[in-house]
Amino acid sequence: MSDKTSGYLDMELLRFTTAGSVDDGKSTLIGRLLYDSKAIFEDQMEAIEISSKKRGDTEVDLALLTDGLRAEREQGITIDVAYRYFATPKRKFIIADTPGHVQYTRNMVTGASTANCALILVDARHGVIEQTLRHSYIANLLQIPHLIVCINKMDLMSYSEETYEGIKNEYQKVADKLNIKDVRFIPISAKFGDNVVDASENMDWYKGETLLNLLETIEIVDDRNHKDARFPVQYVIRPQSDEYHDYRGFAGRVASGVFKPGDKVKVLPSGKETTIKAIDTLNGELDMAFSPQSVTLRLSDEIDTSRGDMIVAADDVPHIEKEFDAMVCWMNERPMIPGGKYTIKHTTNETRCVVRNVNFKVDINSLEERTNDKVIGLNDIACLTFKTAKPLFFDSYNKNRNTGSFILIDEGTNETVAAGMIR
Amino acid sequence: MNEYNINHLRELEAESIYVIREVAAQFENPVMLFSGGKDSIIMFHLARKAFAPAKVPFALMHVDTGHNFPETIEFRDKLMKETGARIIVRYVQDSIDQGKAVEETGFDASRNKLQTVTLLDGLEELQVDCAMGGGRRDEEKARAKERFFSHRDEFGQWDPKNQRPELWNLFNGKKNMGEHFRVFPISNWTEMDVWQYIYLENIDIPKIYFSHEREVFLRHGNLLSVSDFIPMRDTEKVEKRIVRFRTIGDATCTGAVESKAHTLEDIIDEVAATRTTERGTRHDDKRSETAMEDRKKEGYF
Ligand SMILES: Nc1nc2c(ncn2[C@@H]2O[C@H](COP(=O)(O)OP(=O)(O)O)[C@@H](O)[C@H]2O)c(=O)[nH]1
Ligand SMILES: [Mg+2]
Repeated sequence: MSDKTSGYLDMELLRFTTAGSVDDGKSTLIGRLLYDSKAIFEDQMEAIEISSKKRGDTEVDLALLTDGLRAEREQGITIDVAYRYFATPKRKFIIADTPGHVQYTRNMVTGASTANCALILVDARHGVIEQTLRHSYIANLLQIPHLIVCINKMDLMSYSEETYEGIKNEYQKVADKLNIKDVRFIPISAKFGDNVVDASENMDWYKGETLLNLLETIEIVDDRNHKDARFPVQYVIRPQSDEYHDYRGFAGRVASGVFKPGDKVKVLPSGKETTIKAIDTLNGELDMAFSPQSVTLRLSDEIDTSRGDMIVAADDVPHIEKEFDAMVCWMNERPMIPGGKYTIKHTTNETRCVVRNVNFKVDINSLEERTNDKVIGLNDIACLTFKTAKPLFFDSYNKNRNTGSFILIDEGTNETVAAGMIR
Repeated sequence: MNEYNINHLRELEAESIYVIREVAAQFENPVMLFSGGKDSIIMFHLARKAFAPAKVPFALMHVDTGHNFPETIEFRDKLMKETGARIIVRYVQDSIDQGKAVEETGFDASRNKLQTVTLLDGLEELQVDCAMGGGRRDEEKARAKERFFSHRDEFGQWDPKNQRPELWNLFNGKKNMGEHFRVFPISNWTEMDVWQYIYLENIDIPKIYFSHEREVFLRHGNLLSVSDFIPMRDTEKVEKRIVRFRTIGDATCTGAVESKAHTLEDIIDEVAATRTTERGTRHDDKRSETAMEDRKKEGYF
C-alpha cells in the first residue's frame, strides 16, 4: 500500500450537521466541500449534470447530490435527512444534511443528536436573523459541542471585513445569551469556494483557518464523558457450549466513563456491588473500555443482571428516579395527549410513562418560555414533567448525552413521537 | 491525542456491533441476509464479534438467483462450515417454477428484481420479523435516506416519505403483527472503510475481488462475464481481460473492472484513486434515475 493510502487507516470520525435558512447555501456548501475534497465521483457528477439539464438549469445544481428521493427531485425540495460521507487523510466525515422548511425543527434535532459539530450558515447580506437564533438554540439544546458560524455569500458583499466583523459581533451576543461555549467564525463563499477548502485570495484580512482545516482539527476526544462510568446492559451472552459452560457476559456499549478489570462497580437497579473480572472481545481481553466501545463485561460475582440494567462505578452512581423534568421536541403530526401514556426508551431500558405536567413551551422565535400554552404539537419544544412505571438510571443531558436522552413511542401507532433531554 | 482515542474503523465497528446486538434483543426471529459479497461478509464478521464467545444467535439467509459466480457459493459454504453458522437458502428458480415470479426476457434480462419476490416469500414463510442487510448509505442516493431500523408494512414495502425519526442510539423496533423491519448495521461505512477493515482484520473474501484473467464482453460500458445465463448479441465479442469485481451481485448485471490489484493493499490504493462509484458497475441501477428507490419501495434489500 502506498504511504498516502496507509494514512487513511488511522483517522478520527467527525459527525457534523448544517443549519441555515432556505437559500443560505447549505446544499451549495456541502457540494463544495465534497467537490473540492474530491469526494464526488464521475458517475455521480454525470448523473446530476443530466438531471440539471433535464430540468432546464444552465448550471449544475449540486443540491441534487443530496436530494435523492423521487418526490424531492420532482418538487425540488428536501423532505428528509440525508447522510453524506467524505474523508481527508486526517478525518472521516459524516454529514447529516438536514434541510426542509416544513419540518425543520424535527429534522435538525435528528441530525443534531449525533453531531460533534454544527455549521450555522448566515447570509452576509442579511446578518443574524430570527432563524439564526432558532438554529443556535436547537444546537445548544442538543449540546452539540462545537459551532462554526459560516458567514456565506461574502462575494455579494465585496468580501468586506467590516460586514464580517459586524455579523460576528452580533452573533457573539446570541452565543452569550444562550451560553454557547465553543463558537468560531469563518467568512466564506460557498459558491466560489473562498475559505471552504482553499484559503480565499479575496479576503487576505482573514487570518483564521479554512472550514475544512477547522473540521479536520477541532478537538473532539474530550467532548465525550470519560468520567462517569456507565454501562447499559444490552444483551446477556451465555454460550451454552461445554467449553464456556459457566460463561455469563454482559454485552453493551460504554455510554460514558472508563471501565478496567478490578474496578468496583454497582449493578442497577439491584444496587449489588462487585468488581469487573474481565473485558472481553472476539480478539481477546482488553485492559480498559471507554465510550463509544462495544464490549462484553464479566463480573466477579454472580449477580442477576439483564437487558435494561446498568453497570456503574460503585462510588459514582446516576440518578435513580421515577419522576423527572425534560426538554422535549415533539416529532409527530398527532399532538401530545395531555396526561397521555407513552412508551419511553432510555439507554437499553424501556418502560411506560405518563406526562404529568407541561411546565412551559418555548417560543422558538423569541425564545420566550410560555407557561400558559399547554398544547404540544409537531416541532414544538417544551419542558415536561414525566412519571415512569419503574425507575430510570440517568444523568442530566448536559453532563451525559447518552444517559440523559430518550425517545417516546406512541403505543397505538408504534411511531417515535418525541425526543427528550433530561434536565 | 489522548488515551481514549479510537480510530474511525473501530468507531464504526462499535456502532455496527451495537446495532446487531440491538436486533438480537428487540426481535424474536431475525435473520441476516448473506450474499457472499464483501458487505455481507463484514456484517457477518461483526455479528461474530458481537456475540463471542457464543455463536451468532440468528440464521443467515441467502436469496439465490441461480446466476452466481461459482467462487461465491464455494466461499459461502466454506465460511459456514468454519464458523458453524446456519444458513437458509431460498431460490429464485423456485419462485419462477411456482409461477410467483416471471422470468424477464431479452438480452438485458436479469433476476435481480425477482429476488424481491423470493425474499418476501421466504421472510413470510419463516416468520422473520427482522432482516439485516449490508446496505450502505454511501452506495446510492435512495440508500442515503435509509434509517438503521427501517420499518416495512405487511407487504414488505418501504415508505421513504414517512420514516420514523431516528435519534442518538435509540432504535425503535416496535411493529404490528405481519410487519417487519430491515436493519442496516453498516449504514455509515463507505466502500473505503469496508476495504480498510477487511485489511485491518485480515478477513477472507472470495477470490474474484482480486485481479484475474477472465473472458468478458462489453455492454452498456460494463465488462460482463461470459456465462451461460447471459445471451450475447452478434455484435458483442468475447475478449480476455485482466479484471476484478468491485461488487458481487447477480452475474447478469455485475460488471468487472480492469485491474491489476492482487492484494488488499493494491485494492485500497485503487479505491483511493477511483473516480466512479461501485454502483457504476451495476447496471440494475442504470435502468432509471430512481431505480433503487423504486425497487426498495417494493421490498428489495
Ligand atoms: N453569490 C453567492 N451565491 C451563493 C453562495 N452560496 C449559495 N449561493 C446561491 O444561493 C442559492 C441557494 O443555495 P442553496 O445551496 O440551494 O441553499 P440552501 O437552501 O441553504 O440549501 C443558490 O442559487 C446558490 O447558488 C455564495 O457563496 N455566493
Ligand atoms: Mg438545500
